[in-house]
Amino acid sequence: MSERHFPDLMPSPGVTRESLPWWEAVLQGRLVVQKCNACGAERHPPCPCCARCGSHDVGMRDTEGTGVVYTFTVVHQKFIPGMPEPYVVASIELDGTDGLRVVSNVVGVEPSEVRIGMPVEVFFEHMSDELVVPRFKPRR
Amino acid sequence: MSDPARQACIVGVGETRYAKWGGITDASERGLACQAVANAAADAGLDVHDLDGVGSFADDRNLGVLIARDLGFRELRYAGMSWLPGGGGACGAVGAAALAVEAGQADAIVVYRSLCQGQHYRFGSAAASVGQLPKPGLTQASNLLEAEMAFSLPFGMFSAPIAYAMVMQRHMHLFGTTSEQMGAVAVATRAHANRNPRAVMHGRPMTLEDHQGSRMVAEPFRLFDCCLENDGACAVIVTTAERARDLAKPVVRIAAHAQGAPGEYGWGPFLDTNGSDDLYAGGGANVIAREIWAKSGMVPGDVDCAQIYDHFSGLVLLMLEAFGFCEKGEGGPFAESGALAWPNGSLPNNTHGGSLSEAYMHGMNNLNEGVRQLRGESTSQVEGAETCLVTSAAGVPTSGALLVRD
Ligand SMILES: [Zn+2]
Repeated sequence: MSERHFPDLMPSPGVTRESLPWWEAVLQGRLVVQKCNACGAERHPPCPCCARCGSHDVGMRDTEGTGVVYTFTVVHQKFIPGMPEPYVVASIELDGTDGLRVVSNVVGVEPSEVRIGMPVEVFFEHMSDELVVPRFKPRR
Repeated sequence: MSDPARQACIVGVGETRYAKWGGITDASERGLACQAVANAAADAGLDVHDLDGVGSFADDRNLGVLIARDLGFRELRYAGMSWLPGGGGACGAVGAAALAVEAGQADAIVVYRSLCQGQHYRFGSAAASVGQLPKPGLTQASNLLEAEMAFSLPFGMFSAPIAYAMVMQRHMHLFGTTSEQMGAVAVATRAHANRNPRAVMHGRPMTLEDHQGSRMVAEPFRLFDCCLENDGACAVIVTTAERARDLAKPVVRIAAHAQGAPGEYGWGPFLDTNGSDDLYAGGGANVIAREIWAKSGMVPGDVDCAQIYDHFSGLVLLMLEAFGFCEKGEGGPFAESGALAWPNGSLPNNTHGGSLSEAYMHGMNNLNEGVRQLRGESTSQVEGAETCLVTSAAGVPTSGALLVRD
């Protein structure tokens, strides 16, 4: 069983035709970004079409699952019972993606030690058999 | 500008009493909206039945077509809703009303905001959707906003302070901005509120030490960096110059207004942290700044005072930078120099007390104060004020208006 950091009561994602492939990939333990099958442009969050070439033929591609902390905050409010306090919300710039960022968490380190530029790697928190959420830890 | 006789002016400003969150229990939000509109009409010397348009922004619960009926408008000729999110929309809704009166679509349009947050869940908070599912899983998003929030909520980005703390953390990293510099914004604003009996924080002075001692909410934001949450309502009335000159109060013209953001900005960093440093840590306000200076033919030095939306102290700095009141990254030192404080600062800002200390009305009250400054009615009156820049929020697609004394 994988480690748990956040409680069951965390909000679950509301998905659409555009975002479902992203969450399905996460469920399989893959962190992906959207890629245009026509021109190769990448973006996050996923959208119905490519902003560069206009193609609606868009798919997903795997990332390396590593990145650096672009920015973050240490949150000192307790919104939901069972949440770590304080906890870190961060924007992670993904390696090999031309600077695409995802919002996530950094765990496995004292919040006071998180820094902009810190190298991190993804891990997958199994919230249930139907939901997996990608979060990050300092890169070893 | 087409017909000068039809140039848009603000002729009436009004509000209800402002109270802390949940503090108004003897009226509904809808009832407060009606009171504020009626007060604005009375301020203008207009019969409320002669209003013929309603405008608002960002999913106002208090539907304009119903408010118009509630108040007995003889006709409704304009009903405008801006897509600009929450704090971004007040000036945009007034700008749209200005275009409508200039085009002759309507003659007297009221734009309002009413909030009884104790009676509804807080705008800008996802708290209503937290913990609603029996077990974690994927659900169907019911609208585009919920679809976007799927990439922030599951990670605990539950509220605006968290999202904008991340923006300011980046600004601090890039430019060396400090908590004390953000504190300078909050302290100046509180001092103004202490001169304004309408302000919720009237009679509650605050020093920089108080600011530094307030509890941390989301680093770097302390409690006193964050806006209030309030009950109340306020409204402004837009009409033509020709009509304005027959009414009760000195005429305030809308010299320029603008709305928008760079195309890739989307809803801004509340939902999406992508984009260049210029975009992400710049607040997205460069588009409205460029438009307002171009349309008005003015420069920052022409502005006598400002009412810059202050959902968070630090975001004021981003807006000041975008408009060129200081260099990019220099917002912190600019605030720290005392520039924003009445009466000696070069740009007295939020002279009513803003969202940090007068009331959180999604920035509509900034328009009321801008008008009062140019009429000579402010409780922190800038001597001889002829121009006032009013803006909505940095950090979302936003809007602004440059007001001038006629
Ligand atoms: Zn493409």
